[in-house]
Amino acid sequence: MIAEAGHYALVLALALALIQSTVPLLGARWGDHALMNVARSTALAQLLFVGASFAALTMLHVVSDFSVVNVFENSHSMKPLLYKITGVWGNHEGSMLLWVAILALFGGLVAAFGNNLPLSLRAHVLAVQGWIAAAFYLFILVTSNPFLRIASPPIEGRDLNPVLQDIGLAVHPPMLYLGYVGFSISFSFAVAALIEGRIDAAWARWVRPWTLVAWIFLTLGIAMGSYWAYYELGWGGWWFWDPVENASLMPWLAGTALLHSAVVMEKRNALKVWTILLSILTFSLSLLGTFLVRSGVLTSVHAFATDPSRGVFILLILCLFIGGSLLLYAWRASALKQGGLFAPISREGALVLNNLFLTTACATVFIGTLYPLALEVVTGEKISVGAPFFNLTFGPLFVPLMVAMPFAPLLAWKRGDLAGAAQRLMAAGIAALIAIAVLWAWTSGGATFAPLAIGLAVFVVAGALSDLAERTALFRAPLATAMARARGLPRATWGTAFAHAGVGIALIGIVCETTWNSEYIGSMKPNDVAKVAGYQLKLDGVTQRQGPNFREMIAQFTVSHDGETLQVMTPSKRNFTTRSSSTTEAALLTRGASQLYISLGDTNADGAIAVRIYHKPLVLLIWWGPVLMAFGGLLSLSDRRLRVGAPKPAKKSAKPARALQPAE
Amino acid sequence: MTRKQRRLTMIGGSLTVLAIAAALVLNAMRDSIVFFSTPTMAAEKQIPPGKRFRLGGLVQPGSLVRGDNLAVNFSVADGSATLPVSYKGILPDLFREGQGVIAEGTLDASGVFKADTVLAKHDETYMPKDVADALKKQGHWKDDYGAKPGAAAAAAPATGATR
Repeated sequence: MIAEAGHYALVLALALALIQSTVPLLGARWGDHALMNVARSTALAQLLFVGASFAALTMLHVVSDFSVVNVFENSHSMKPLLYKITGVWGNHEGSMLLWVAILALFGGLVAAFGNNLPLSLRAHVLAVQGWIAAAFYLFILVTSNPFLRIASPPIEGRDLNPVLQDIGLAVHPPMLYLGYVGFSISFSFAVAALIEGRIDAAWARWVRPWTLVAWIFLTLGIAMGSYWAYYELGWGGWWFWDPVENASLMPWLAGTALLHSAVVMEKRNALKVWTILLSILTFSLSLLGTFLVRSGVLTSVHAFATDPSRGVFILLILCLFIGGSLLLYAWRASALKQGGLFAPISREGALVLNNLFLTTACATVFIGTLYPLALEVVTGEKISVGAPFFNLTFGPLFVPLMVAMPFAPLLAWKRGDLAGAAQRLMAAGIAALIAIAVLWAWTSGGATFAPLAIGLAVFVVAGALSDLAERTALFRAPLATAMARARGLPRATWGTAFAHAGVGIALIGIVCETTWNSEYIGSMKPNDVAKVAGYQLKLDGVTQRQGPNFREMIAQFTVSHDGETLQVMTPSKRNFTTRSSSTTEAALLTRGASQLYISLGDTNADGAIAVRIYHKPLVLLIWWGPVLMAFGGLLSLSDRRLRVGAPKPAKKSAKPARALQPAE
Repeated sequence: MTRKQRRLTMIGGSLTVLAIAAALVLNAMRDSIVFFSTPTMAAEKQIPPGKRFRLGGLVQPGSLVRGDNLAVNFSVADGSATLPVSYKGILPDLFREGQGVIAEGTLDASGVFKADTVLAKHDETYMPKDVADALKKQGHWKDDYGAKPGAAAAAAPATGATR
């Protein structure tokens, strides 16, 4: 009954999406307010129905109704409740349902909070959302219906893939989808602007918060996925340049570029055409990511060809939306008026540079991800493009980006003073040089690149701080004045500083982890001691334990440093009987930002156990960086100017011009 | 500067960056791409010792020998040829005899494949893509191998062991 209700609600949501995608457009054409307002009510009703459908599937998973194929294949009655719920999106059908539910959520938010939008713009935006939603509802209903029943219901389910039974992966897909799908809003705004043939600074002011929300979630989602891979997969890597990861990195890079170009458009009314293109590209890359992950094309080009229903369907959606929007762009973009002029050395120029490097870096990831697929389709030759490729292409492109990063907020709009900015970054530059010199002396004969890279990271962090110091007149004015100025700074300025510093912090973590990581791999018997990076790890013994749906072998290590006992670490190996597969649960010991990491291998016949121990210096900075970036985004989002919404263009000139324009 | 000069500066700068990126990509394509071979293909192509490639096939049942200090020897077979592989380190969770495997490394002078990475995937029905395709080509494919490619849902990159 619940399954049928959920299915029915999904069909109704499709019907609503079809209405939403057509009626408001006609309304806009005829100038009929009632028809344009249909968009609002259908978007809200659609959210209600797809929400009901999602709740129904969750209910089926919670009560373990194994007469539903999706529950049977991915659940087990003994599974903990949390993983019964998260198992809803731990599979293809459920995760697609989550995808459209989030799409409807964003559409509903625009409908509910878009009262200050011009009526026709809102109608157009929601209609485009309706197209996307309709396409994906059709996809789910035709090829991946999660509510299918089994004729003769089995008693027990097949259980969820054990690696997915983890809190990190429970939260990771919703975060990622909030990011992916959030970019659909900027896409819809871009297409709406192209249809209307009208775009102004107010448009950017509406788009920017939505882009920022999507970007924050995508940043956190990627970081969380990376941390999950780090502790769950058991070999201490945190980024594999795996196509699945690249699929989420590409929209992030394009989205970061979009965030910056939208600033130029909002403040200076320039880069309009480019911002529209980036909005389209960012969401296209999100769709491409969905295609790569969901079509099975990565698992096997062959499987994709033999069971083409899903893959071809998503490919069609992909071609339709990307091709359609780019055609519309080619046709209408010239109608958009060119905006403000600026010199190459200016805040705008710096943001253009940012966009140039981010999109180029994105393109290299795109090539590295899709070239092997294309080559296999064309010639049948199989290659793998791994970390070395991306280190050689992506890395060098990020260096100039990071060198330029501290300069941009210090440059003025329209025409900047590079020498002045350099002067104000003197302190940051000196800090970077000191960092390089100290590291060089300390690790003499070691890696050459590492001190330089850390120097760059220090420059970025110190640059972000000196921007704040400059704006608050810290060290120049009395402390009280500086504090008052700090309170008066727009939150967006704080956001910029935090986000930029986050990039530097992440880089420090990445460099330290890859350069000074030490490891011990060997087989150990009880009472053996392993020495890694000054720590002694003694294997006390191995015990067995029965979990809810697995058996677990736990090894206990006592960790000491300089003769002082610190803590007990208990890595384990879990054996899931239903799927006859095992997972490695690494044990982590955090000391400051560094971590000790133990994971277990096989047990030998003589009772010795294979052990892998890593000491990873400052590894946590890799994830603190993105958290800081997301926090910066959040600060920027809470900026009053964004909260109160876009002022009418007439009022804008009345606003007092600030001496220091805030940067975002 | 006039509008035209500014635009030219911008376009020139963009082209420079793109040219640099293209050079980087082409350079990386030449040096850092790893080809895939089955034991049969490796024998046919006469891959020279020291050249990195990915070897894929099934772990020959009965060939797994564990030595001291985590040294492991096994053979990779694809139905018509086998190639001995030696590896030192911890094998991934799903490494089993008779199952698909991908190893990355080089051949040594005596014709043994020295692997520094061994890959498997976290799903009992999963077969590394390269292996599945190669086996299908040779007719050694059993239908139950690849029943559920979508099982590892959101993000389950290949797991493996590396040294």
